[in-house]
Amino acid sequence: MAFIKKKANKNESYYMASQWTLMGRKLKKHKLAKLSLLILGILYLGVIFSGFIAPYGLEDYDKLYQNTAPTKIRFYHEGEFIGPFVYSLEKYNNPETFRVEITEDTSEYYKLKFFTKGVKYKILGLFESDIHLFGTDVGSNGSTSGKVMLFGSDQLGRDIFSRILYGSQISLTIPFASAAISFVLGITIGSISGYFGGVIDNIIQRIIEVLGSIPSIPLWMAMSAAIPAGLSTVKMYLLITIILSLINWCGIARVVRGKFMSLKNEDYVMAARIAGVNDAVIILRHLVPGFLSYLIVSITLSIPSSIIGETSMSFLGLGIRSPATSWGVLLDETKNIANFSQYPWKMIPLFFVILAVLAFNFLGDGLRDAADPYK
Amino acid sequence: MAKYILKRISLFIPTLILISLIIFFVIQLPPGDYVDSLISARSAEGEIFTPEEIAHWREYYGLDDSWYIQYGKWMKGIITKGDFGYSFIYGKPVWSVISRTVGMTVILTLIITVFQYAVSIPIAIYSSTHQYSVGDYFFSFIGFFGQAVPNFLIAILLMYWSFKATGSANLGLYSTEMLQNGIHLYNLGEFLKRLIIPIIVIGTASTCGIIRTVRAQMLDEQSKQYILAARSKGVSENVIIYKYCLRAALNPVVSGIGGMLSHLFSGSTVTAMVLNLQILGPELLKALKAQDMYLAGTIVMVQAFLVVVGTLLSDIALAWLDPRIRYTKGRD
Repeated sequence: MAFIKKKANKNESYYMASQWTLMGRKLKKHKLAKLSLLILGILYLGVIFSGFIAPYGLEDYDKLYQNTAPTKIRFYHEGEFIGPFVYSLEKYNNPETFRVEITEDTSEYYKLKFFTKGVKYKILGLFESDIHLFGTDVGSNGSTSGKVMLFGSDQLGRDIFSRILYGSQISLTIPFASAAISFVLGITIGSISGYFGGVIDNIIQRIIEVLGSIPSIPLWMAMSAAIPAGLSTVKMYLLITIILSLINWCGIARVVRGKFMSLKNEDYVMAARIAGVNDAVIILRHLVPGFLSYLIVSITLSIPSSIIGETSMSFLGLGIRSPATSWGVLLDETKNIANFSQYPWKMIPLFFVILAVLAFNFLGDGLRDAADPYK
Repeated sequence: MAKYILKRISLFIPTLILISLIIFFVIQLPPGDYVDSLISARSAEGEIFTPEEIAHWREYYGLDDSWYIQYGKWMKGIITKGDFGYSFIYGKPVWSVISRTVGMTVILTLIITVFQYAVSIPIAIYSSTHQYSVGDYFFSFIGFFGQAVPNFLIAILLMYWSFKATGSANLGLYSTEMLQNGIHLYNLGEFLKRLIIPIIVIGTASTCGIIRTVRAQMLDEQSKQYILAARSKGVSENVIIYKYCLRAALNPVVSGIGGMLSHLFSGSTVTAMVLNLQILGPELLKALKAQDMYLAGTIVMVQAFLVVVGTLLSDIALAWLDPRIRYTKGRD
């Protein structure tokens, strides 16, 4: 008896479940999407706590550490085990080639330590601190020149690991902000176009057609060229976000319009209209929820192209400018072959771009399958 | 059908005019004009200018008028004389600056478009008929990967390999010899060899998208009732796939031609800069940075024109493929 009741409850919970619960259940079965969600979670934790995780600050550099390979972490100093530590670097005149070379200075060792003090930073612009997750301790002879650069350094002697983290603050949030703006614009304009139809619809459709016919990069280039050079990073960032989203909304508006066209003649909409519900409420309460899941999917899938778009804009020198950094700015350094063959660790930022783009793509695919009631 | 095509063509001119207006306005947005950037460049070299000289230059270049008057003059020149204005940085009429590049861009774009369809549609058919096979996973992986890696990095990678393998990075579209003598039959082989990397790099970006769309559409189509009916009647598998499924699955691809062209122009800009290709993209960036507005405006106009033509052709092709479209659209 209890068994039957349990089964009935289970069935009931299935029939009573809301659309979102059903979607969540299906998404849980999609392994690749779950993995992607985990990866994105880690990346976004990195965005929030970048100041804490990064051992060095955004503008820190060290002349000695120009174009150096990732720092080797060692455990044995002169045959004796002393736990993880690094050596510092020193300049050295090679008597055979007469060149100044940089080698490891093995006379002194620097232990790696958790929770070291370093540059000040703020988490989310609120909590100020100077404690970093890890860093080097004072050396065995008392000097402080030991550095740990997990992913090597760039040509100015900046730590690539720290810069990837700071870069993610811009590269991983611009797409979201721009998706949010295109979302609002797309739904508003698309629903007006689809709900009212007629002349308004015709005008809006022509505008979308025209905007869609202008190749996007030239439009970005022209608009970013309009951003004055002296602006603060935050303002520049905002403007770039707006530029990216000004073009993206067209696609969403089209989809929304199409859905409206097919939904607005349903009986329940007619019923609401006869009951005297006003247009705005009909749109927001009765129509939009009907295809919200679909929109969320299309937005997830639009984020990867925004990430790539941001990188190509920074690559062209039109996006984020130094000293602020983004993944595009970091990739900019890899664009010549010499860097590519001599300093392969400079390609590490690329790995993060690929990881983020793939994760968003797989998550979007998973969401699409989950939102599809026929699967 | 004829009525539908006529209706589409009548929209063609107003669309172009509207586009040109937006483009001209956007290009005007950056503060300052060409004379400002010219003066700052020359002042840096130590020249000194009197206000009269500056005023003279502004008048000479016609920069005193407000932007809509400049736009009107520019449009009038294009319509009445086929004159696209004057490029400040080159000191020549715009058309003579870009005529060669336009030809090259059109050729390259056409080749890439053909390449994309020739590669992606067979792969999509294979993937959908062999769903969840090793090959399907392999192509899906390549597709995702191709979307995730920025184009210019693929370009650098291929250049590096080409340099290792052949001793030449195959940079640029023309060799020195071609620039001197032009392209003839005897050096056509060399020229085609130089096209390989650009085609692969620029082409693969959209290829992945097409594969995914066609594959999804084919799979959707295969689970429909009419396919089941055809199968139970004993229609051969080849006819089902190529005549029924593929025809329906190609719809979104055909309707996306305009968007894809626009994507091609955008995507190729960065690649062209890395590979040093003489096409419109890099030229446009240069013009925009120097505020050479007629040159920049003409280049965006040419690109937009090609996109609009692409959209028009795709609409006509779609109406021809799908009777529902020409019926409903011809009516309203």
